[in-house]
Amino acid sequence: MFEYAPAPESRDIVDIKPSYGLFINGEFVDGHGESFKSINPASEETLAEIACAAPQDVDRAVRAARQAQDSVWSGLPGRDRAKYLFRIARIIQERSRELAVLESIDNGKPIRESRDVDLPLVAAHFFYYAGWADKLAYAGFGRGRTEGHSGQDPRPLGVAGQVIPWNFPLLMLAWKIAPALACGNTVVLKPAETTPLTALAFAEICRQAELPPGVVNIITGAGETGQALVAHPDVDKVAFTGSTEVGRQIARNVARTGKRLTLELGGKAANVIFEDAPLDQAVEGIVNGIFFNQGHVCCAGSRLLVQESVAEELLGRLKARMATLRIGDPLDKNTDIGAINSAAQLEKIRMLSEIGEREGAARWSPPCELPSRGFWFAPTLFTDVAQSHRIAREEIFGPVLSVLTFRTPAEAVEKANNTPYGLSAGVWTEKGSRILWMAERLRAGVVWANTFNKFDPAAPFGGYKESGFGREGGRHGLAAYLDV
Amino acid sequence: MSTERLAVRKTYKLFIAGAFPRSESGRSYEVRDAKGNFLANAARASRKDVRDAVAAARKAFGGWSGRTPYNRGQILYRIAEMLEGRRGQFVDEVRSGGSGKAAAEAEVDAAIDRWVWYAGWADKVAAVTGSANPVAGPFFNFSTPEPTGVVGIVAPDSALLGLVSVIAPAIVTGNTCVVVAAQPLVAITLAEVLATSDLPGGVINILTGHRAELAPWLASHMDVNAIDLAGAPEELAASCAEAAAENLKRVLRPAAVDWTADPGTARLTAFLETKTVWHPVGV
Repeated sequence: MFEYAPAPESRDIVDIKPSYGLFINGEFVDGHGESFKSINPASEETLAEIACAAPQDVDRAVRAARQAQDSVWSGLPGRDRAKYLFRIARIIQERSRELAVLESIDNGKPIRESRDVDLPLVAAHFFYYAGWADKLAYAGFGRGRTEGHSGQDPRPLGVAGQVIPWNFPLLMLAWKIAPALACGNTVVLKPAETTPLTALAFAEICRQAELPPGVVNIITGAGETGQALVAHPDVDKVAFTGSTEVGRQIARNVARTGKRLTLELGGKAANVIFEDAPLDQAVEGIVNGIFFNQGHVCCAGSRLLVQESVAEELLGRLKARMATLRIGDPLDKNTDIGAINSAAQLEKIRMLSEIGEREGAARWSPPCELPSRGFWFAPTLFTDVAQSHRIAREEIFGPVLSVLTFRTPAEAVEKANNTPYGLSAGVWTEKGSRILWMAERLRAGVVWANTFNKFDPAAPFGGYKESGFGREGGRHGLAAYLDV
Repeated sequence: MSTERLAVRKTYKLFIAGAFPRSESGRSYEVRDAKGNFLANAARASRKDVRDAVAAARKAFGGWSGRTPYNRGQILYRIAEMLEGRRGQFVDEVRSGGSGKAAAEAEVDAAIDRWVWYAGWADKVAAVTGSANPVAGPFFNFSTPEPTGVVGIVAPDSALLGLVSVIAPAIVTGNTCVVVAAQPLVAITLAEVLATSDLPGGVINILTGHRAELAPWLASHMDVNAIDLAGAPEELAASCAEAAAENLKRVLRPAAVDWTADPGTARLTAFLETKTVWHPVGV
């Protein structure tokens, strides 16, 4: 590997306050729960003290959202909602370097990714949905459900309670808030407890944009805060991105209510490499598929399915490529793999990897030095993996790839679909007709051909089966926030 | 000696995988008309019948969803044709449930027309709900609707029109289904229509029996992908929705529906998934 001089991005651009309150009705207020710390997973240093929303705080936030919904937001013409969202998109672009650095500090992801992937997509998402706000009547959802609404704008649902994960903190916020606001809803959003800082920075952006108070409320806390939000009787719509296990609980809780629900949950995506695939390109795609964001990606290509005839050659090239990956300081512009987001997640990755070894799979990692402080896990590859192994069935949510082989396209389809999940899949082949043949048969919400982990606000994203339901992005994403 | 001919009665059984088996439980229950007169003994399905029906629906899914939309549309239209030919029989059966002649005729006519309405959707729904997505990169990016899989249906009380209105939108897009019927005799006679319409066995499976007994098994079955609770009373619907969370079924909750009104597209889109494909563009 070439030696690189460190090229750290300056963190002077961000100003992290010692403590943060809850953002309710346009103000930062204290929470009644026990405050907690957000740490930098790359150094374990404490970044800030974060307020925790107790049930009465959740109630206050929901009431603020309801009030804003009734008195301001629902009466605002779509073009004005659009202008607020355009303003937000622009402010995000203006402050994108600051937000990228903050995201990398709080989350542990490489600055190259937060700067080049997360932030551009965040701004694009707001810009995209801004344009929908005054065009909802033309979105093609058919005749209005309510009598007399035929031909008019579809109605918003009301107050949305949104709970998001820690893997793409600001991007998941954008996926939740942008369509909700465009459709005329107001929101109470809870970021993950390990990554609240960019959501709180977003609260300041709402103030800069002069968004009416109460339209966006950000409440911080752990699982209990999320539960209180989801269970609040005055929430009309629940949107959750996170683990399938928590998604199940939410679906159960919501079952006895009239609340609308969308869930974007776990995955165990197959990345299928055919013998005619451009192998070097495929290797880049495999690396991007599983090591992007330390593998903390619900749609990560965590099951590599290689056609037997090229398996050996491909694995050789893949290992050579993995040996060049740079692990370390997330703020270094050369870094490929940053820190694991939390001690708990690191423990889970370690445990499942050990189980992989115990169940008989062969484990391999390139030699690499890991920093002594912080949470780190070397990029890891398992061969001799059987479909029954836990590392082939369960979502690891870390930089761990399980390799399986196949002989025929039919076998590839069979193996790829042999999972309760159905979020994404990848296909690598030079043959266009085979791409579309595979795409038809893969039971997954997103299929990437000769690429992986691509996202765009115009492209609907979401799962089949136990990966959840509802779509985010595109025209389809509006349906989650409209009474259609 | 009487000259009146003694009628040959029909045995009402279940409809699973294109065949008409009795309930494996060997149970039946009396069905009476609105005046309390005995009509028939209907099969009372069991949990095992639910599982057999789900297995049949799963087996049929690949073939049915792989048919061309044009072909599915023609089969739905064929169902309308078969129903039209037996219009009189259905009017009589609907009347046995207590409807007047005019109301029964209107219901049967509307049910026939509903098959025609949904038949036409087969090769249009993808054009209306799909999209070509203008992404910021060198990809042809498109989203298409795909059937969710096996749909469990708790049919509403509306004997024929309600039944048709929940089955047709589920299957026209390529799903297969297991239906718990509300009115057994009309439902099984409808199965005879389905059996002569070139509909592959297992696409529609119809169970008769007690809703409160069968619906929970359908709701908790791990190989059912979605459930329409149209005919479930409030408490049953709530417990079924809860059970459905176990494998994250798509749940269509019961709502007040006027089955004679324009059905819209809500039931059609409730059991569709959206698949987005990123196809590279380059030389």
